[in-house]
Amino acid sequence: MSPVTRSGRIAAAIAVATAILVAAPVISIIALALQPAPDVWQHLIDYVLPATLLDTALLLGGVAALSLAIGTGTAWAVSLHEFRGRQILLWLLPLPLSIPTYLAAYVYVDLFEPLGLVHKTLALWLPLQDAVRVLPNLRSLPGAVVVIALVLYPYVYLSARTMFQYQSAEFAEAAKTLGASRWTIFWRISLPMARPALAVGVALVSLETLNDIGASEYLGVRTLTVSVFTTWLNRGSLAGAAQLSCFMLAIVAGLIAIERYGRRNVTTEFSAESPRLTPRTPLTGIKGGCAFAVCLLPVCLGFLVPLLYLAQQSFKRGLFANFDVALWRDAFNSVAFASLATLAALLLGLATILAWRWRPSRLRFVAMNFAQLGYTLPGLVLALGLLAPLLAIDNALNALAGWLGWSLPGLILIGSGAAVVIAYVIRFLAVPTGFIKAGFERIPRDYDDSARAVGAGQTTTMRLIHLPLLRPAMLGAVIVVFVDCLKELPATLLLRPLNVETLATSIYQYASRGSFEEGALAALLIVAASIGPVAWLTRFSDIPSGPA
Amino acid sequence: MMNFRATAATAALLCFTAFGASTAFADGEVNVYTYRETKLIQPLFDAFTKDTGIKVNVVSASSGLEQRMKAEGASSPADVLLTVDIGRLDDAVQAGVTQPIKSVVIDEIVPAQYRDPNGHWAGISMRARVLYTSKDRVKQDKITYEELADPKWKGKICIRSGQHIYNNGLFAAYVAKYGEAKAEEWLRGLKANLAQKPSGGDREVARDIAAGKCDIGIANTYYWALMMNNDPEKKPWAEATKVVLPTFEGGGTHVNLSGVLLAKQAPNKANGVKLIEWLVGDKAQKIYADANYEYPVRAGVAINPTIAGYGKLVADPLPIAKIATNRKAASTLVDKVGFDN
Repeated sequence: MSPVTRSGRIAAAIAVATAILVAAPVISIIALALQPAPDVWQHLIDYVLPATLLDTALLLGGVAALSLAIGTGTAWAVSLHEFRGRQILLWLLPLPLSIPTYLAAYVYVDLFEPLGLVHKTLALWLPLQDAVRVLPNLRSLPGAVVVIALVLYPYVYLSARTMFQYQSAEFAEAAKTLGASRWTIFWRISLPMARPALAVGVALVSLETLNDIGASEYLGVRTLTVSVFTTWLNRGSLAGAAQLSCFMLAIVAGLIAIERYGRRNVTTEFSAESPRLTPRTPLTGIKGGCAFAVCLLPVCLGFLVPLLYLAQQSFKRGLFANFDVALWRDAFNSVAFASLATLAALLLGLATILAWRWRPSRLRFVAMNFAQLGYTLPGLVLALGLLAPLLAIDNALNALAGWLGWSLPGLILIGSGAAVVIAYVIRFLAVPTGFIKAGFERIPRDYDDSARAVGAGQTTTMRLIHLPLLRPAMLGAVIVVFVDCLKELPATLLLRPLNVETLATSIYQYASRGSFEEGALAALLIVAASIGPVAWLTRFSDIPSGPA
Repeated sequence: MMNFRATAATAALLCFTAFGASTAFADGEVNVYTYRETKLIQPLFDAFTKDTGIKVNVVSASSGLEQRMKAEGASSPADVLLTVDIGRLDDAVQAGVTQPIKSVVIDEIVPAQYRDPNGHWAGISMRARVLYTSKDRVKQDKITYEELADPKWKGKICIRSGQHIYNNGLFAAYVAKYGEAKAEEWLRGLKANLAQKPSGGDREVARDIAAGKCDIGIANTYYWALMMNNDPEKKPWAEATKVVLPTFEGGGTHVNLSGVLLAKQAPNKANGVKLIEWLVGDKAQKIYADANYEYPVRAGVAINPTIAGYGKLVADPLPIAKIATNRKAASTLVDKVGFDN
């Protein structure tokens, strides 16, 4: 354990402040939940929860399994193998991240529904009625699983890739000398070592799925989140909705605890003596072609198809013919909110983890776990929970201004974009915290000790050792948070100030009129704004491998 | 560590975002919170600004606006809340964020049936919940809501989620008229007649009929007109269907309201009332009717020809306030009969 230092104290203070920030909306939701909600629960237990819990569990399980398979498989293929087209895949594989789940749902329903493109194509060979019958029904649980997993798998891919490519060669080589095949090495060595990262990725996917309201509602799947909305909006019970949210929170906390317990004894630090990395196995001929094709498939379905569809819709509408200049302003708002939130989330996440790394204590441990709580709140519930604390601050500021004899500033946080940024930070803080924590788990404490032995302080150790080693994890976190912020909808809708739109809210405006295609251009801009960062990430993430 | 220049630039960006947009209290302005999408009502607000010189600031959301007003309390910049559904009108009044509008103009123009008895809200336009029927497969011209539960329609009806606010309003009207037990029986009958699990939106109802998946769909009046007149791609969906105005036995067609409320603490109250009065004026009612294909709430304003083509609307005389009080019961019934499962 490191001695108490100034930077250590600062990090600890930031960690605690962060925990309080995240806890504020949760506490305010709990306060709401404490109000009586008579007859809501009896009704929920009798008629809603059985079906909803089953649907939620199946959706979460299905999406987790499918995205785990796609994310791990592709990450393994491109990290530990060398084949023609690999470089292109490195760029392409994370890109579905730029497609919001609700957009993917809209696009795929449009494509596969009766009278849609697929149906019309089928109808060239089949009578119209038969063509309807053979269409898969996307508005179903399996449909939702596939559509959501196709755009969320990059969460698993990104974290798995960070792990696979830093995996030391020692283990694989030792296994090889014992006669293990590539598959055995994958199943018995690579995969277990990547487990913390995979857990982070799957947790992100699951929470993202649980929070999603647009896609699952559109695809006709009744999740817990949908029930929260119905309870609040149709049954007029905010208290009941808050109670349901708390229930959801408890389930998520339980899942996280089980996951932690499950890997309590797993050490994943790489051997300090051998920073030598696994060489990539070359795949040539048909094998290489197959690897390329298999990896390309999820990119096509999760990214290219929605992108091309949106592009086609935009062109059909004359692209810039009725171009609304407001769209640039919306894009600027989106990018500004997202950048600020990303920066803040990264710094707060880093401080929180450092506080724990430098000097583990119960308080710091709690703070670290609290930082990940925001992700479990559905966007709208978070926004509702934020209203009270933010208003309290605003009112306090006004009171202070009045006391000082200044003119009253009005609602500074709610009336400006600050509330949106704060909501994003709370909502997505789990990403940098999770990524950086997983990254740290792979840096042996020996490094810290050696650095200290030669007289380096904590900040020096951080600058010279931790940050460079954490770079892939931090870059991954930055991209994920930035892109998540760009896509965020419910909290943005509720908390944004007068006359402010973002790209997501602009698309929503079209979608809620049932003609989201008219918002195709705004959707394309979201994708375009995300491609840059994602590509940037790819550029820095591919480290040279050892001799093959 | 963080690059200093990047930090400074970001801080500047924060200030820009934070203070660029906080102009909520200037003179000659009115602040509107709305459930109606900005893009749809903007033409209306532009016309209002042109007429009166009062600038309209807008924030639109899909839910939670009355909660936001409640939280903002006395400092809330909101003057007017605009909703597209009865339930939301009621929610806002329940949340205690409104005040009586107190306007002779409103009282004269808006029929009592479409106003809050206590003056907290007023309807500005009506949308009817009607049937889209297959031109080829449904010959019947007159259909009652009650009849939708008749087994003769088994496997022939399409509808969006029973929990959607539009259906919630219709079902609440049914509860208001017949009581919960009868309404439950009717909902079970309706569910038994569904061709597929409730999903999608009102347009998909027309599409599924066009594709032969069902024969009848329950939807709002204006979607059909929008598809017919404003969306060449979806025109075939509308063309395959016909709009039938159903009625309750002994009643009229179920209508829902777009309505307005005046915020309790409205900082620009006079402008807020001015906007509300302007919205029920001849000019606004005409724009509203033509842009959104809704029925004007003001008597004597010409109905858009497409909408008029559906036939003469005789609205259900049931007071809107009575529907609002039954929506919770309706929502409960939807879960109870497993309508969406």
